[in-house]
Amino acid sequence: MVSKQGTSRFRLMKVAAGVAAALLSVSATAEELRLITWGGYAPDDVVAQFEEETGIDVKVTLSNNEDMISKLRATGGAGFDLAQPSQDRIVGVQRQFNIYRPIDYSKVDAARVQPSMMKATKEATALDGKSYGVPAVWGTSGLIVNGEVEDTVKDYTDLCDPAVAGRVSYRLKRPTLIGFAFAMGEDPFAAYNDEQKYQSILAKVEKKLIDCKGNVKTYWTGGDQLLALLRSGEIKAAMAWDAGGWKLNAENPAISFVAPTSGALGWIDTFALPRRGENEDAAYKWINFVMQPEIAAKITNQSGNFTAAKGADEFVTAELRDAYRQSFNEDALNNIKWYPPVPPGLEAMEGQVLDRVQAAN
Amino acid sequence: MDSDLFCTDLIRRFGSHAAVDRVSLDVPAGTFFSILGPSGCGKTTLLRLLAGFDRPDEGDIHIRGQRMNEVPPNRRPVNMVFQHLALFPTMSVGDNIGYGLRRKKVPAAERSKRVARVLEQVGLPGLESRNPQQLSGGQRQRVALARCLVLEPTLLLLDEPLGALDLKLREQMKIELKHLQKAFGTTFVYITHDQSEAMVMSDQVAVMRNGQFDQVAPPETLYRAPETPFVADFVGDNNRLSGEVVGLQEGIAELLLASGERVSGKLAFPGLKVGQRANLFIRPESLMLTPAAATGYASLRASVTTTLFDGANSRVEAEASGQTLFARLPQDGSVGRVAPESAIDLSWNPQLATVFAEAGT
Amino acid sequence: MNASASRLSLCLLITPFALWILLLVLLPHLQMLRVSFQVRESWDTISWGVQQYQNFFSESYYWRTFLRTGLMSLFTTFLTLIIAFPIAWYIAKLARGRAKGLLFFACLIPFWASELVRTYGWMILLRESGLFSTWLQYLGFADGPVEMLYNDVAVIIGLVYNGLLFMLVPLVTTLEGMDDNLVEAGYDLGGNHFTVLREVVVPWAMPGVVSGSIVVFMLTLGSYLTPILMGGKDSAWFTGQIFTQFITRFNWEQGAALGVLLLVLSSVMVWLGLRLTGQSLRKVMG
Repeated sequence: MVSKQGTSRFRLMKVAAGVAAALLSVSATAEELRLITWGGYAPDDVVAQFEEETGIDVKVTLSNNEDMISKLRATGGAGFDLAQPSQDRIVGVQRQFNIYRPIDYSKVDAARVQPSMMKATKEATALDGKSYGVPAVWGTSGLIVNGEVEDTVKDYTDLCDPAVAGRVSYRLKRPTLIGFAFAMGEDPFAAYNDEQKYQSILAKVEKKLIDCKGNVKTYWTGGDQLLALLRSGEIKAAMAWDAGGWKLNAENPAISFVAPTSGALGWIDTFALPRRGENEDAAYKWINFVMQPEIAAKITNQSGNFTAAKGADEFVTAELRDAYRQSFNEDALNNIKWYPPVPPGLEAMEGQVLDRVQAAN
Repeated sequence: MDSDLFCTDLIRRFGSHAAVDRVSLDVPAGTFFSILGPSGCGKTTLLRLLAGFDRPDEGDIHIRGQRMNEVPPNRRPVNMVFQHLALFPTMSVGDNIGYGLRRKKVPAAERSKRVARVLEQVGLPGLESRNPQQLSGGQRQRVALARCLVLEPTLLLLDEPLGALDLKLREQMKIELKHLQKAFGTTFVYITHDQSEAMVMSDQVAVMRNGQFDQVAPPETLYRAPETPFVADFVGDNNRLSGEVVGLQEGIAELLLASGERVSGKLAFPGLKVGQRANLFIRPESLMLTPAAATGYASLRASVTTTLFDGANSRVEAEASGQTLFARLPQDGSVGRVAPESAIDLSWNPQLATVFAEAGT
Repeated sequence: MNASASRLSLCLLITPFALWILLLVLLPHLQMLRVSFQVRESWDTISWGVQQYQNFFSESYYWRTFLRTGLMSLFTTFLTLIIAFPIAWYIAKLARGRAKGLLFFACLIPFWASELVRTYGWMILLRESGLFSTWLQYLGFADGPVEMLYNDVAVIIGLVYNGLLFMLVPLVTTLEGMDDNLVEAGYDLGGNHFTVLREVVVPWAMPGVVSGSIVVFMLTLGSYLTPILMGGKDSAWFTGQIFTQFITRFNWEQGAALGVLLLVLSSVMVWLGLRLTGQSLRKVMG
């Protein structure tokens, strides 16, 4: 009697274990990582390799800073497991909309990340004693210049030179405001926390941009659009990202990326965890995976931008390294203006300036 | 020659088929001319040639002596009442009638006077502001007529405009149209497939078949002296007896029917020979329900199938020699009760019957 | 029993539509209306007020863009009508059998690609290094490259192209229903081409003209990609401003207020259009 009961209980346990195993395996095969990131940051071969090694399905959504923030704001931080905002756009957004959760740095393989960048990002994304970002990819905004006009265009404000009228382009976005402010001898970053001072700098920049409007062929809105304009020779100079310049340089040596005399604007894109992400483990796995030197180099080769991974440079193609060295000598590298965190409220001010520029005739 | 419409050898081909095949016609001023034919006989095509919506391949159209072949419809002194009237649904009755006057640049005051007058003439005084959709079928008919007559055209074309009306209204409108034509004195060219419409209204009727005119004559002539078997058959009710010619004298032919009986009738054309197949046509009202009343009268024994009561138009349906015959049943009591299945004698004056050679012999 | 069963099936039939209207149309708009009256005093406190609407009137670039968008949409609608009418006439009255189907099909083809692809197609043709510019130089009409992109004309070309089909369909439908005899009667009574068109054809086609115009106007007013991509640096479009407020500025309150204003504008224009042409919405849409 007893033994019989024991066997039946044993059998029941076996069934339960089987069911549990089945459930586990189901959830294991269904595991996925929803990544919202920039174009080029998750190349297909890297995604394939990650999926093969971990069995995690990666769903990539391409985006940009504003779109990322808007999407996460709309859901209160749900819908994605990992995001890649720029580090200067984390703290202000987090204070306003509370869409991220702090990083558990013990889960990040710190040995793979350049320590100086790790430190800088931790500081730039710190809020109430916690930090929200891991550095991933960095790059700069500067000038992409065709050889024909390289003697004219050396700084952002040179885009307004009559010699290049109708042959230049830039975006109507905040980097343009910042770049022009620096080129006009101001330091907008220093005025970040002084609203009045910042407003007065913006007023000057606004006037400059309105005066400059006649020079602009069109305000570019997408990377491919800009590259097409430069490639066809329809424009000769533009304010844009370094990676785009290097890409064009590979096709046509006459076009190159130039660090402006007032300094290129440096940005660092990070890894950040959306507050209501559902697969934190997979997110950390991805971070540690792409920070391996060989993998990071693949991202660099794809996007044109260098990563925060230690020792990745030696796997990067020679052409890209050469183009990088041609654009940045020691002085230019030291002169890079790194974006500090944007305090809340600043974007509304900038937005009005940009609207007025757009509407001005 | 005082003719309003004069056409010579009109031909209109569609592919290899000639819808109008060498038609000539001559309509004296102020007359009511009808073109009668079954559907598909080409009468609508002919009317469209006259209106100018279509051009003849050969032949000439003269209106009051003017050659009209190349004149577009809006320059012809011709107006048309369409089959479905084609009143402009977006205009009031007054605007419909005033449309043509406006095209002739008649001043507004004069215009409204003429519109009011023509509305009075067609018996619809004061309906200018109505919408055509609010009118009855007969009223719409009159508006369509008024819309044309107000322009005082040389020629008014009417394309079976009574087809859509119910029987009672149609009878009424027939008479009305005739009166209006007399009152306005305009030349009417009227096409119809309804022989009764053509007979009641017309001064002249052209019977059309396969693109050609079979006979052009006043209604009474058509009825009493049809020139072709088609006319005899198509115009008015008629009985047909087919047999073999066995005797010919003084324009009277004697036919041997399949039953062995002999009947006689007047020859339509000389030239028929003994032994030929021929058809004898005799009108229902020419058949008497008595044995031969006078010498020389033809007679036939028939068996009554049924009687059809229709007031003054009541008929007996009978069968003789394997063919169905109708005879008018006088309602004045001169004939007793005719019971079905009973045998009766039918007799007629041979002068009232017409004999044609059978087609193809 | 029977009555309740048929009521039930009616409810089941209507439910998806009702849900659609409620969840995807009504609720978002009500939410937008609510947000538009919120005022952010600082970044984390909110009160109620009409400040966003005051912004609209006090900042000239908002209402100037608003006006510009409205006027250009009107013009685009008018141009689409002028271009679509002869095509619709040809399809409805002159083309027969297969040719008719093929023509309609040809008008439909561009809509297999997305608005983005269509717009890029135009950009390839119109840009300085594009096809038209090359041809003009080849044929000797121009000495150097000609820029045809990045101006209002380019925007209107793109918008007309996008709206053409939506104007054609109602026009073809109404014109097909017109008795050819009406046109013949128009000529027969002494009208020339122009008067027949003005007095007979256009009044008849009016319901189609109005419904086509309403659809094209709404579509144009609400289009985003074409004005942004093909427009020049001055070609501000109101939807672009709304997008900017929501997405790049995170200023949902202002974006919502502008959205509400756009909704009001389009409703007023539709109402005005119906009033001016003496049509009713029921006649036009039924």
